[in-house]
Amino acid sequence: MTNEELAQRDYYGKALADLASDARIVVLDADLAESTKTSEFRKVAPERFIEAGIAEQDMIGVAAGLAASGKIAFASTFAVFGSGRCWEQIRLAVAYPRLNVKIVTTHSGISVGEDGASHQALEDIAIMRALPNMTVISPADAHEAYAATKAIAAYDGPVYMRLGRAKFRTILPEDAEFTIGKARVMREGKDVTLIGTGQMVSLCLRAAEDLAGDGIDAEVLNMSTIKPLDTLAIYESLSKTGCAVTAEEHSVIGGLGSAVSEFLSQELPSPVIRVGTLDTFGESGAPAALMEKYGLTAEKIKESAVRAIQMKNVRAPPKKAVARKKKKEVEQ
Amino acid sequence: MEYGIAELEVKARLLRRDVIEMTSEANSGHPGGSLSSADLMAALYFKVMRHDPCDPQWEGRDRFILSKGHAAPVLYAALAESGYFPRAELLTLRNIGTRLQGHPVRGKLPGVEMSTGSLGQGLSMACGMALAAKMDGKAHRVFCLLGDGELQSGQNWEAAMFARHHGLSNLTAFVDRNRLQINGDTEKNLSLDPLPDKWHAFGWNVIIINGHDMAQIVGACEKASKSQKNPTVIIMKTVKGKGVSFMENNPEFHGKVCKPDELCCAIDELGRPPCDE
Repeated sequence: MTNEELAQRDYYGKALADLASDARIVVLDADLAESTKTSEFRKVAPERFIEAGIAEQDMIGVAAGLAASGKIAFASTFAVFGSGRCWEQIRLAVAYPRLNVKIVTTHSGISVGEDGASHQALEDIAIMRALPNMTVISPADAHEAYAATKAIAAYDGPVYMRLGRAKFRTILPEDAEFTIGKARVMREGKDVTLIGTGQMVSLCLRAAEDLAGDGIDAEVLNMSTIKPLDTLAIYESLSKTGCAVTAEEHSVIGGLGSAVSEFLSQELPSPVIRVGTLDTFGESGAPAALMEKYGLTAEKIKESAVRAIQMKNVRAPPKKAVARKKKKEVEQ
Repeated sequence: MEYGIAELEVKARLLRRDVIEMTSEANSGHPGGSLSSADLMAALYFKVMRHDPCDPQWEGRDRFILSKGHAAPVLYAALAESGYFPRAELLTLRNIGTRLQGHPVRGKLPGVEMSTGSLGQGLSMACGMALAAKMDGKAHRVFCLLGDGELQSGQNWEAAMFARHHGLSNLTAFVDRNRLQINGDTEKNLSLDPLPDKWHAFGWNVIIINGHDMAQIVGACEKASKSQKNPTVIIMKTVKGKGVSFMENNPEFHGKVCKPDELCCAIDELGRPPCDE
């Protein structure tokens, strides 16, 4: 059923518990099992649950050693720690030897809320995407998180998957399938493509409904795999719409918006407006208030779509526009 | 074949000569720390470890991880002398396209278990392998060679806690205690002493030996293999650059190789091993 408010991490825990019958699967956590929900696996397969302590760098090395011995190793903690604290360990011990380690983090993005900026990962997609051999996934809702957990367990190679803390609206049915590297067209349209990842897909759908009220026909893509990017889906959609808005609960530097822009700039130059946090840290606050303050809203996506559509009609910046831009920068 | 102490000493000399020749040919690499661990590598590959160069993926093999990945030349020499690949390939070290990368790479060269080279990570990887063996009730052992300088990196101590906590008695770590790192004396850089006390405090069995005394190396490994409960660390007092007089205790030879004239002297000093004559 869709439209329920569910937490992705609960469904990650559920999927792990369902996968426990596969004896190759081991799960590591860094003192956060109750929060990441790997505790669900610990309940059913305690002998294959490994508490690494607050030692993420060691956890990754141990996971690599286990994977090198034939295990499918899941390693979980919060997104800030699981991507940043042990980035170089992931690079050397997991990505480089292409070992079968799944780094699944929770508490990604600004919707972590009250814990504040130290705990809000807004850079993890960027730094994980830069690693060769790494697959990067950010499911759109709890149901997709469940399906993606099963899909990455079946895939042989390194994966980084980021999940949220808070409950958010489900947009996919409970039995949704998940294929790594395949975008899902959530809504068809011809004027603009809204490409979202994580819970921003839900906001893209809301924005598309609002845009329809204004006579704008938006297509919505769920880009839950950020790497490898489904470039064919983007190409097909942009061939039709000619412009895009990307939306992610992540910095506009290096994440989904960058990945889409990198592809389009070389293959199908088109206006792309990136919705995300603007090169800034977050702060404490209620998740909804933070999403609003940092511009992660359906309204922002809608405004960006209108701008993107305007931009596609301007082929080259007229001289006046250049002068205006210069003047603005001088004033700033 | 079963090697005695004297034969292992000959092997160690052969490994040292390989290290000098291959790093000189490559005109880069890290001979100093390779020479200080050559005796251990000879003992491991020709006596202590169960492994099969004809079947590098044999599941029952003992695992070796070179945490001090810059000592790759001595690992490659030990693998080649064991028969994992032709000795002639040693001279391709660090060349473009080679399987003998500057630091070891898993999957590139048979016998290399893990990618290393960024210091401080090998012990964690070894813990994972030792834990997997324990979980699966397998009898093979895991060996990990650490540099002393790299023990300044905190991840080692995370791994040390982990190994003790999980009772990884099938894990043996070696510390190549040559007391030198790039910037000189480890004790002047960021002191490690009292090093045995640190390992004791982390709950490990600690054995201190002369890392150039083959009988002591073999004896310590045998003792470690009998541990039922805790992991064992063998702290090997060694001399960086051991075996070549002008390289010994000379921190310059951490990452500098012999020039052509020095190469001749070094080979003269190491001599041609009897098996080659």
